Amino acid sequence: MAMMLFIFFPIISVIVQSLHVEHEQVIRKVESCDLFGCKESTTIDQEATAALRAAEPLGQFAGFKTYLDRNHLATKEVGTTWKNTNSWRDFGAQMLNLPFYKAIGFTLTFTFVVTPLVIIVGFVIAVAVNSAVRQLRGPLIFFSLLPMMITPLVGALILFWMVDARGIIGATLQHLAGDPELSVKASTPLMWIMLMVYGVWHAAPFAFIVYYAGLQTVNKETLEAARVDGANRWLQIRHVVIPHLLPLTTFIALMQLMDNFRVFEPIVSFAANAHATSLSWAIYNDLGGETRQLSSAAATSVLTIIGVAILLSPVLVRTWRDFDRK
Amino acid sequence: MFLKKIALAGAMAITAGSAHAACEISGNVSIVGNEFPAIHTVAKGAAECAGGEVKANLTADHQKINVAGMQGNPAEYSTAIIANSSIVALMNEDVIRPLNDLVAEYGQDIPKSQLITIDGNIMAVAFMANAQTLAYRKDVLEEIGVDVPKTYEEVLEAAEKIRAAGISQYPVGGAYAAGWNLAEEFVNMYVGHGGEFFVPGTAEVAINNEQGVAALNMMKALTEYMNPDFLTHDSNATGAEMEAGNVILMNMWGSRMGNLMDAEGAEEQVYSNITVGAPLTVGGGTTPASTLWWDGWTVAKNISDEDAVATFLAMKHGTSPAILNDETMSQAVWMIEGYKPAPVNDGVFAAMSAGTRSYPMLPYQGLLHTALGDNLADFLLGKESAEQALADTEAAYTTAAKEKGFLK
Repeated sequence: MAMMLFIFFPIISVIVQSLHVEHEQVIRKVESCDLFGCKESTTIDQEATAALRAAEPLGQFAGFKTYLDRNHLATKEVGTTWKNTNSWRDFGAQMLNLPFYKAIGFTLTFTFVVTPLVIIVGFVIAVAVNSAVRQLRGPLIFFSLLPMMITPLVGALILFWMVDARGIIGATLQHLAGDPELSVKASTPLMWIMLMVYGVWHAAPFAFIVYYAGLQTVNKETLEAARVDGANRWLQIRHVVIPHLLPLTTFIALMQLMDNFRVFEPIVSFAANAHATSLSWAIYNDLGGETRQLSSAAATSVLTIIGVAILLSPVLVRTWRDFDRK
Repeated sequence: MFLKKIALAGAMAITAGSAHAACEISGNVSIVGNEFPAIHTVAKGAAECAGGEVKANLTADHQKINVAGMQGNPAEYSTAIIANSSIVALMNEDVIRPLNDLVAEYGQDIPKSQLITIDGNIMAVAFMANAQTLAYRKDVLEEIGVDVPKTYEEVLEAAEKIRAAGISQYPVGGAYAAGWNLAEEFVNMYVGHGGEFFVPGTAEVAINNEQGVAALNMMKALTEYMNPDFLTHDSNATGAEMEAGNVILMNMWGSRMGNLMDAEGAEEQVYSNITVGAPLTVGGGTTPASTLWWDGWTVAKNISDEDAVATFLAMKHGTSPAILNDETMSQAVWMIEGYKPAPVNDGVFAAMSAGTRSYPMLPYQGLLHTALGDNLADFLLGKESAEQALADTEAAYTTAAKEKGFLK
């Protein structure tokens, strides 16, 4: 019931919104005056549009028009580009000029780079902490979890100032590269790397704590047996620990794919929107302007939901098959 | 009983009057507005009114909540403090009322120039003005022997000399952060070149032209002298660069000059030499490459007439000469009688006398502003041509305008 109320209905409302656009606005030429003088201007004829609004408060039904227009899937523009370009390279460059594909380009790169790295880094930290002296584990766990405890916006801001050309990391990079002009914030590739480094830094503790919990349940006798058989540390991990933790990996992958596909905070904190945009950022941008673009934001939201569903489908299908087999 | 009430009201009026100018209202007032010192002063002034509840919600996110907060019936907010760009969103949704009747009955003493009229309807009452103008370091310009620049071309020359003299590698500043700020800088530069944003009287955009390309090229030329991180620098960040002594010349908001010239956040050598100049022109034009802004208050449509009168009176009081004192005087360029400008405000006054155009109050200007903010960075990064960036902007705007019903 609660699920219906809090998840299903909002989604339905977003879908309905995305299928409508606003009524045709009747624009009238008027004279407008302010402190600095009068001039010719235009305004919306409220009387003329009031009747239309009262009759259909949702706006005009537009079907999938919003989904297909240039600010979203841009079917027409993609078609023309396809016809007019000769090489894949050229086609790709043209596609990235369209806002939706620019956003999805970064979103997918971010998702597929950050997710595996989070899993690997989280696993390595978990194994390392697990093999540390018992007294040290408490503080180690605390420090490893810190990045996750910090509010994402604040965490990203900290990194943002550190990579500034006069910040500690930025200055070090300049020194290492031998280039006093080097600026992370001015270069698109470096900005992408920075965002992904932040993504890993922020999410690795989550993978770590899940794996650490999983490590406590590894069968000691199996490990003992492997050791007796002459397996070294790596072989023990490879043949005993990893298979044992596989279901947890599926869980982490699932969560991380969802989370990373919605990447948003670092883009805002890093003021990175000149270099990288994501689907969530596009929604925020539609709603944050002086004129709110609700239909456009709704269409992007539905496309995001579809994107998440597609991304998760392989994992979900696998889980379902496993479940079915049992 | 009745007599007692009158006596009580009288007593209250006297107490109120003894502390400050009398303001009596019989209704509730709820203010939503941006969050900076001048607006706080106005809200505090309105709260001096006795007889009804006066509350204020001042936040940097006011634009995200004011439309929704005024659409209900009765509206949550009885007045929104807005600027010439943001009043449009309220008018588009038809949530504010024309003030002609209220002005006729209660506001005869408001100077006519403060009344914002659209098609003969008074939609807002302005109380302060703002504009972006030049801020420069007097000492550095003297050192290199250059007069105060009047045009952007002269800024480029001065910047080259400052760099050559080894004073600063990146002497030019500007709020070029991708998004709203960058779009605003383009608007300034395009207006300075004499450009028009739309085909007159329609919502059809027309910026992909000679003036648009010239404006972008000038912006690009300026960025050669800016900190390479310019696409992440908003007004705060670029102001900090000036206070740090790195930026020598920049185009900055009048309302932020006070922060640059006070003793906080900079060395004496820097803050005592920061000077406010007139807005710059560009490309041989005479119209400054800047826009004039006003802040004003409105009255919601969906409230009782009683609350509307109370709101009108309270806001009138909040923007009356009574709020001006030593502390509030320098907070803004007040459009209020008795206001004495300080050197910090020279720029805004120069902008007004130089015939700077005000930021367009058009129903669809906000959509163009968003499209500009999203699409111009690619040109400044050298990823595409000026024409392509402008074509992208036009396409993004046209699509959005169709979704909003401004274009078929």
